[in-house]
Amino acid sequence: MTFRTMVEMLLGGMGKSILIYVLTLVGALPLGLLVAFGRMSRVRPLQLFVKFYISIMRGTPLMLQLLVVFFGPYYLFRANTGTGYRFVAVIIGFVLNYAAYFAEIYRGGINAIPAGQREAAQVLGYSRSRTFMTIILPQVIRHILPAVTNEMITLVKDTSLAFAISYSEMFTLAKKIAASQTTMMPFVIAGVFYYIFNFVVAFIMERCEKKLSYYR
Amino acid sequence: MSVLQMRGIRKSFGELEVLKDISLSVEEGEVVAIIGPSGSGKSTLLRCATLLETVDGGSITYLDHAVAWEEEDGAAVYAPAKELREVRQVFGLVFQNFNLFPHFSVLRNVTDAPMRVQKRPAAEVEQEALTLLKKMGLEGREKAYPFQLSGGQQQRVAIARALAMNPRLLFFDEPTSALDPELTGEVLRVIRRLAEEKMTMVIVTHEMGFARQVADRVIFMDKGVIVEQGGPEIIDHPVHARTRAFLNKLEGEEA
Ligand SMILES: Nc1ncnc2c1ncn2[C@@H]1O[C@H](COP(=O)(O)OP(=O)(O)OP(=O)(O)O)[C@@H](O)[C@H]1O
Ligand SMILES: [Mg+2]
Repeated sequence: MTFRTMVEMLLGGMGKSILIYVLTLVGALPLGLLVAFGRMSRVRPLQLFVKFYISIMRGTPLMLQLLVVFFGPYYLFRANTGTGYRFVAVIIGFVLNYAAYFAEIYRGGINAIPAGQREAAQVLGYSRSRTFMTIILPQVIRHILPAVTNEMITLVKDTSLAFAISYSEMFTLAKKIAASQTTMMPFVIAGVFYYIFNFVVAFIMERCEKKLSYYR
Repeated sequence: MSVLQMRGIRKSFGELEVLKDISLSVEEGEVVAIIGPSGSGKSTLLRCATLLETVDGGSITYLDHAVAWEEEDGAAVYAPAKELREVRQVFGLVFQNFNLFPHFSVLRNVTDAPMRVQKRPAAEVEQEALTLLKKMGLEGREKAYPFQLSGGQQQRVAIARALAMNPRLLFFDEPTSALDPELTGEVLRVIRRLAEEKMTMVIVTHEMGFARQVADRVIFMDKGVIVEQGGPEIIDHPVHARTRAFLNKLEGEEA
């Protein structure tokens, strides 16, 4: 196999890694906010349930969670999941896991906003939802951006865990090529790609942070 | 018709009885100063009046809106949420620590609520806001963000923000306590001018000289009750021993 084919195959895998990455963020960022609301809910059973969910997601390996999501339907219900399910399982697993981490970040951010902000809005007559959307959330986003950036960088590397259920993203391919061609090269190339991927993410997030730093 | 009437207000935090049967009414155009030692319940009274806290007992009425009243068993009940939303348009509150929205410019801090809550036309609101800011001595700072302003300027923006809603009654909770001494003057001047224009105001303050000047009525609170009230002369000639003790102590600190 030439170097060129190797790079091309890995680029194809990288496309899938990026797809996992984007879909995970699109799912987990909003879901995390809902989970945070559940965690802060005054409805005790809901609060406890969400707390339990978060502790499971953070307390067990993501790789294990992926295996459970992928094989669970079959072992538990003898359900035939079909061929497309491998990818769906990857996304479900990642979204559920990252939503838990984002939820805790949101919660910290929301609690960090002084009570006076909410009170000032209330006296001015803002509704609760408008207060959250226009007064609280923008400040929360600004506040949590560094922590979210951290998670986003970890996620770039975590996409490689999809190899656990043999989804053919970049890392799975690299392993396969390395085994069949008996060479380290695919790992080196994959490493470079992951690094570039992260470099881009970090650059974009830095831009966002700058953009939001117009106030203190 | 009184702008505000509070009757028999009771409020506890757990075991701690903070307000014990407080009654207070405020007439149109009146300036009421509330003074008293730390922990006497002044802020709690204001927070109850501005619906930031719910009272345990007693009644609250703004103009012809019944806000809270007492049931037979003595517990207070509140009007439905829709009614409370309307009532919030009657009053404004200026906080000790300003509570400006840090991500909004000065102008947006003043215009956002009139535009989004009162749904008034943007052009009109903006024009009014600019006039208000000018009156507060903040001309040219419209585009600044709160962090770029001094404490005194921030508090004046907060006053403009409250006034932009055209309230019938404005509450102040120690508006100058968070300010360096050299900045209190500019804020007090603004409030004094509002008093001259017959703005109805209730002001919690530790500034006795200021209270003496602007207040039509002074209320002395201690340990959750109104001990004494009357014209501004009670600051110089208190009747009650507790008032005297408080004022003497304050004088001692200032001297
Ligand atoms: N949310 C709360 N929970 C429990 N206790 C409270 C709460 N708010 C106020 N208190 C207590 O109620 C009492 C009255 O407080 P309040 O803030 O009304 O006093 P104040 O007269 O405004 O005092 P200061 O001059 O220091 O501002 C204090 O003992 C205070 O600790
Ligand atoms: Mg107070």
